[in-house]
Amino acid sequence: MGFSQNKDPRGVTVVEVDGQLIVGNRHELKDLVQTALERGERRLLVDFSRTGYIDSSGLGALVSISKRIREAGGELRLSGLNDDLRSLFELTKLDTLFAIAETPEQALSNF
Amino acid sequence: MTSPLRLCVRRTPVSAAPGSATLVTVRLPSDVNCIEEAVELVTRHCLAGHTTTKTIQFRLRVVLSEAISNAVVRGNGEDRAKWVEVCAELVPESIRVSVTDEGPGFDPGAIPEPLRPEQLDEANGRGLYLIRKLVDAVQFNERGNSICMTLRRR
Repeated sequence: MGFSQNKDPRGVTVVEVDGQLIVGNRHELKDLVQTALERGERRLLVDFSRTGYIDSSGLGALVSISKRIREAGGELRLSGLNDDLRSLFELTKLDTLFAIAETPEQALSNF
Repeated sequence: MTSPLRLCVRRTPVSAAPGSATLVTVRLPSDVNCIEEAVELVTRHCLAGHTTTKTIQFRLRVVLSEAISNAVVRGNGEDRAKWVEVCAELVPESIRVSVTDEGPGFDPGAIPEPLRPEQLDEANGRGLYLIRKLVDAVQFNERGNSICMTLRRR
């Protein structure tokens, strides 16, 4: 369980969430994104293709990093949410706040 | 390393009698690193021996995680000397779970609606909303340090 990141050939920073994004590890994601912003990265994709669960603290962490990225003049996209996780975004109306693609490839295609 | 969680399972009034319920109690210290283990443990017991739809299984996982997180982080302020108690009453038709912390309690009516446009950009405040949306019934005790949630299995 954890986070891994790599850079897409187009220069997009791709963060993969392996396992869960929850109260116990949300700060790790926030720190990782902050470090990427300080490096000058401005286009970030968080991919949930290998994620089983996101709790409300994880949702909150995504809202926080979205704000930070926006304030830095960047853009955040999400991808790979399974049906259960997508339902959490819909229930909380966060699907209106984030650009969400079915797959990382789709998210990256016009980033 | 030994788990700090304390588990107690008993059947009442007697094993396999009609109308009997299984009672599962888990106590955990107020450490965010214990939440996942507690959620997994309680979920496993809630689902054992009963048919529960996939949707309800996911909902159970969500509301347990949210209620226990609230108790650990907000109720007990992550004070590891304070405990959170999770009690599940299991019958074939439904699951009733209460989560109690040692904190002063809170007023659930004072939590702002997270779907308001001005709240949508806030990092906090979605846990209780998710619980209310995903369970069949939710109640709080008068002090506000204990939440009781009921889910029908189908």
